[in-house]
Amino acid sequence: MERRRFINFFLGGSFLATLAAFLYPVIKYVLPPKQAEALQKKVAAGKVGELAPNSAKIFKFGATPGILVNTQEGQLLAFSAVCTHLTCTVSFEASTGTLYCPCHNGRFDMTGNVVSGPPPRPIEAYAVEVVGEDIFVSRKA
Amino acid sequence: MKALGRNLFAYLDERFKLQGLFAFAEHKKVPEHEYSFWYYFGGIALFLSGIQVATGIMLLLYYTPSIDAAHESIQFIMSQVKFGWLIRSVHSWTANILIGILFVHMFSTFFLKAYRKPRELTWITGFFLLVLFMAFGFSGYLLPWNELSFFATRVGTDIAGALPLVGTWLKGVILGGTTVSQATLSRFFWFHVALLPLAAFTLIAIHVLLVQILGMSVPIKLKDKKLKEISFFPDFIYKDALGWTLILVLIGVICVFLPWEVGKKADPFAATPLGIKPEWYFTFMFTTLKLVPSHVLFVEGEVLAILAFLVGGIFWMLAPFLDRKAARGERSPAATWIGIILLLYIVVMTVLTYTVPKL
Repeated sequence: MERRRFINFFLGGSFLATLAAFLYPVIKYVLPPKQAEALQKKVAAGKVGELAPNSAKIFKFGATPGILVNTQEGQLLAFSAVCTHLTCTVSFEASTGTLYCPCHNGRFDMTGNVVSGPPPRPIEAYAVEVVGEDIFVSRKA
Repeated sequence: MKALGRNLFAYLDERFKLQGLFAFAEHKKVPEHEYSFWYYFGGIALFLSGIQVATGIMLLLYYTPSIDAAHESIQFIMSQVKFGWLIRSVHSWTANILIGILFVHMFSTFFLKAYRKPRELTWITGFFLLVLFMAFGFSGYLLPWNELSFFATRVGTDIAGALPLVGTWLKGVILGGTTVSQATLSRFFWFHVALLPLAAFTLIAIHVLLVQILGMSVPIKLKDKKLKEISFFPDFIYKDALGWTLILVLIGVICVFLPWEVGKKADPFAATPLGIKPEWYFTFMFTTLKLVPSHVLFVEGEVLAILAFLVGGIFWMLAPFLDRKAARGERSPAATWIGIILLLYIVVMTVLTYTVPKL
């Protein structure tokens, strides 16, 4: 290899290596550190008698919202309140007895299945258990 | 007094060579013709960017980028700080008007085929500037930490998350975690006041430099005609300044009668409010996402729509290279029709968002 070419190659390579040595920590710094998220399995979502028939409330299920519904027939049902389309929080529409997402008009029935709109998947249904006065909600196995 | 001014000018001229600058500006000519009106939108966009920098710096004095205090600090600016309502309203209204002006600037450039050779890079830097300013709007929208901005951010970042292969990673980088949280607000604040301004200044400098070097484009149908020319300084600048003054008055009037609202503080565990929609310049994409079915063949509708926007954006950016006729200096009606269809699509979808919310 010609001496000049070797020096150019050496200097160019050194420059790139230095640049990478500067950029690597910068990029690593900008990327958020991985934080282990405790996966909530069971929460107390409310009290018996708190919800009138045909109404609902949002509760905290770990880091995400869940929705507890007392149906017209008095059955307690719980779902993830995060729409499977673009993660808006759904609400219970008493007039239709469905879960409705106002972001893109997605609608789910009381089994969690999509009734209309763009959501690609059913919304996750949780298990509901009444222990004394408390209503517990947990992920289904 | 006059002598003092003359002496001061002579002092500065000796050091900064101002005469040369004035001579350059006076000798620089700008073509004047029936489409010259559209030339002024670039200057107005630059002027509005200046307003955003000035008002943004002022807002930094009282704004607190924390989920417990951001909303309260905006309320404080709006209700307690003297003229705080004005500074914030000017910042928010100007942001919206600026993006509208950028759209006008972009489409007028497109229809006049000003992107054609040798101005391809001017078009591409302009395209990225529009993307950057939309990112400014998106990141700034979350800063007051209100209900609408919170859910708009959830939807917006989820759109990024729906991209194949890189989506999850990209969403995590934007959010600083898995959900919209304090980390997201800190990041958006950082994007809004540090990273995006740096990128925008760099791109604006390249864009304006290219306009200076290449001069202003003349529409294809006029390129063989002998056109009247005016000097850049003072004639063109005077006309520019008139446009700036008019827009400034307009912003002032709007801010006095319609100060920008603070909204309700975001509650991550509340249901999404009815009638939610993003800022107007995102609504054409927002409504498209409503209309796309959940699945198209075996692909999720949202993924398909997002990919279509991405691919469409790339084609739009590459317009100078795809429009071969314009590059040769020939008229290209096909490109014009594509532009008209796109413009109509954006207008119709935006209007539908506001007129048929339950679409």
